[in-house]
Amino acid sequence: MNYIDNNIITVVTFLPFIGGLLLTLFPRRDRDIRWFALGISLVTLLASLHLPWYYVRGQAGFQFEQDIPWITHPNIHYHLGIDGISMWLVVLTTFLTPLCVLISWKSVHDRVKEFFILMLILETAMIGVFVALDLFLFYFFWEATLIPMALIIGMYGHGRRIYAAVKFFLYTMIASVFMLASVIWLYAHTGSFDFVVIQSAIQNAQIDGFDSAAQWLFLGFFVAFAVKVPLFPLHTWLPDAHVEAPTAGSVLLAGVLLKMGTYGLLRFNLGLFPEQSQRNAPWIIVLAIISIISGALVALVQPNVKRLVAYTSVSHLGFVVLGIFSFTQIGIDGAVYQMLAHGISTGALFMLLGMIYERRHTYEISEYGGIATPMPVYATFFAFIMLSSIGLPLLNGFVGEFLILSGAFQARQIYGILAATGVIWSACYLLWMYQRVFYGQLTHPVNNNLQDMDARERVSMWPLAMAALAMGVAPVLWLHSIDPSVSFALKQFSGGFQGAVPSATHVTQALMQVIGR
Amino acid sequence: MIPIVDYIRILPEIVLSIFAILVMLVDPVIPTNESKKPLGYLGLIGVLAALGATAYQSNFYGDAFFNMVRVDAFSIFFHVVVLLVTLVVVLSSFEYLEIQKIQAGEYYGLILLAAVGMMLMSSAIELVLIFIALEISSIATYILAGFRRRAAESAESSIKYFLLGSFATAFFLYGVAMVFGATGTTNVYRIAEVLSTQHSVLTYLAVSLMFVGIGFKVASAPFHVWTPDVYEGAPAPIVGFMSTGPKAAAFAVLLRVLFATGAPGWFWLVWISAVLSMTIGNIGALVQNNVKRLLAYSSIAHAGYLLVAFAAAQTLGISAAIFYAASYAAMNVGAFAIVAHLSGKGERYVTLEDYIGLGRRSPLLAAMLTMFLLSLIGIPITGGFFAKFYVFSAALQSNLVGLTIIGVINSAIAAYYYLRIIVYMYMHDERNDTPVAPISVSLGVGIAISLIATIYLGVLPNRVLADAVRAAQDLLK
Repeated sequence: MNYIDNNIITVVTFLPFIGGLLLTLFPRRDRDIRWFALGISLVTLLASLHLPWYYVRGQAGFQFEQDIPWITHPNIHYHLGIDGISMWLVVLTTFLTPLCVLISWKSVHDRVKEFFILMLILETAMIGVFVALDLFLFYFFWEATLIPMALIIGMYGHGRRIYAAVKFFLYTMIASVFMLASVIWLYAHTGSFDFVVIQSAIQNAQIDGFDSAAQWLFLGFFVAFAVKVPLFPLHTWLPDAHVEAPTAGSVLLAGVLLKMGTYGLLRFNLGLFPEQSQRNAPWIIVLAIISIISGALVALVQPNVKRLVAYTSVSHLGFVVLGIFSFTQIGIDGAVYQMLAHGISTGALFMLLGMIYERRHTYEISEYGGIATPMPVYATFFAFIMLSSIGLPLLNGFVGEFLILSGAFQARQIYGILAATGVIWSACYLLWMYQRVFYGQLTHPVNNNLQDMDARERVSMWPLAMAALAMGVAPVLWLHSIDPSVSFALKQFSGGFQGAVPSATHVTQALMQVIGR
Repeated sequence: MIPIVDYIRILPEIVLSIFAILVMLVDPVIPTNESKKPLGYLGLIGVLAALGATAYQSNFYGDAFFNMVRVDAFSIFFHVVVLLVTLVVVLSSFEYLEIQKIQAGEYYGLILLAAVGMMLMSSAIELVLIFIALEISSIATYILAGFRRRAAESAESSIKYFLLGSFATAFFLYGVAMVFGATGTTNVYRIAEVLSTQHSVLTYLAVSLMFVGIGFKVASAPFHVWTPDVYEGAPAPIVGFMSTGPKAAAFAVLLRVLFATGAPGWFWLVWISAVLSMTIGNIGALVQNNVKRLLAYSSIAHAGYLLVAFAAAQTLGISAAIFYAASYAAMNVGAFAIVAHLSGKGERYVTLEDYIGLGRRSPLLAAMLTMFLLSLIGIPITGGFFAKFYVFSAALQSNLVGLTIIGVINSAIAAYYYLRIIVYMYMHDERNDTPVAPISVSLGVGIAISLIATIYLGVLPNRVLADAVRAAQDLLK
């Protein structure tokens, strides 16, 4: 058992990569390749379930740690580990990947082998980002997500895919260079890349010249993460990347890659620079609120469904940033929960859009209308997922938003009031879109012959729908491992903060009251 | 009487020279119209023998021939780099020469002689010997640049390289003369002793002149103007050779001249040259449509990154520079081997448009070229990443914040044009059905060596870095 516990994260991280390597040796028989990719991603999912299963709740610090010296000079360790926050993000990644394989079953028919190799490599890189506890290793995985994603967009995307791929690549690449600069500065002054070591060095004020440099270091990390989130005004790459990306690309982009940004803010910006975080919080919160509202308003007027959903991500991720920078336990719990919920619901929305695109090859809302008649099952799934994205109680989106808004109100009333309008807006644009696409008269005769979802598509949707429901009904299952990790991560915020923190039981009680009603 | 051990200390050079002469001697025996491949194999054996000799030599550290040559960790490191580059170049030349119908045996002989010069450059500690070694390697490469006799650009390339190159070496020689005037010696370590007690204006002038001469060889701005034209005209495998071997050797010389002598007044020279090289190289590369020219500008930019490490100085900066030279050699020689293979007869296919659809036509070559390009950008798991990382962290630790920022911005700009090649290979839709010739075994081995080296340096840089640090310490001793 111990042996497994010591190596499980490495196994989960590198299984997909090994699968990708094996795929290179496969002959170009597309069917075999698809099944193999599905198999390996399912095995990864199973392996990753070991983590929540054997996770010790309430234990401070990281678990399943593995720390091996990798490079002696500079002092880089192969240091992996998870806490309650990153564990669920890992599971989210391994959960979404097999579904992405399923959804690409037919829509990718050219260069199939390359596609699945890229996807498996991407999975390894994404998991690596969440489990790396060495700043260098983190940067390593962070950059490694870039190439496969850019290639997936550029090789398998639609119309303006090259523009979108290059834009995505350059935005992220240039921004993460600033993070690298901060990382190198920290190394130069502490002699270590280890997150835990650097964190304690900062807490004990053992770093020379830290006070004068901290603001710049904070910004270095912040820019890299803000681009990824994406936070207004750095979000312009996102709609392009989403619209041009193939379905699986969009799902992973929205589902996981954006979370890398918010995860980074939480782990590194808050974890390493608590003081600077508090000092910079006001303008960051303003940006988050602008993201929430402007994302929603822009989504409202989109004629293209996929672009609309892309802008909802800007809005929803704005909530996450708001929750993180509210510095309340309840807000941060909510932010983590919202990351997971958004991964599920927006991932599912993109998958649904992919299905309709396979049939009609357009995302224009005006091309649809009344398609609930030929596609009842599809319409039902869509309604369900859409409601979860809006934040209907008993579904996953509600829990996160509720907690974040409670946190925002605790932090300052005006934040909560402004952000709460975002919930209303999200109901507006999604319901209005739903009405225009699914209800009314069938204006385009082609739409009469649309096939409803087939077995494969249903198989790929059910797990997401169930997850959305489960996360809405029993949030405690997730929160009871998230909550202690958040409070541990926030221990360093001194004074008033601790007093205002409700304990995990308070949070769950409050939730239970609302849900029970 | 010269002791035997002295000969061991130049054993790799002797071995390679013998093989070069052998190649020339065997050449007339092969009928005119037959393939000269056997000569290539002979050269290959020569390179392997020289590698063996280098390994043997590493047990005999010390000076030889009245303090003209020194075997230490530094020279051994560069010997290995130069020999590996030569190995890959010879391997990738077999096929290239067949396709281009260049049937001249002296090609391989000249490559070996150039390698002799480069190795001597890294082990010489006497300025006059350094000059002679520089000439040995330069003259051989001048001729090699003109080997595509039927192409006018190749002749242009050769002449340009020759004229400007001789001009630059003259600068170097003036510098040597002035150093001699100022210190009364041309031995690097004796100069260091003299300079530690006295400084004269003459030394500043000498350092600048020598910097001009070597700056030309490493293609750093503002002495870079010849690079794009020469690279465009010369045969592709030779460009791979020129942009890595002589460059690494010239950097070795620069390290000796600047640091082992404790020369004064180099800092701003290096600083300005680094900034200019990075900026001019990267901005120039942005608008190139010819892959060889693009890589030429990229090599100017990489010379700039290397100079950043020079500016950082001390053991840390020097070891970063040494590591950078090695990993740049690995990735660039591999990239050029692929470019040479794709160029086809008469080097017709060297523009970006010719790379359209390569991801379909030859997935393996495209994937390997992508790895080399990612390494040139500096993406993790490749040697290029660690190389850049060491350089910039050395610069930061020497408090060169401004230079680091300029370098970092530059490497972000650079991502764009390398990415452009990848975009052309994978993402463009236009049909391009030009068939890609299957890779021959020797070329495959050559590319594999550089690919493995590139990834090895990116995943397990420990050993090579330790060697680089030891080399830097030996240099400063």
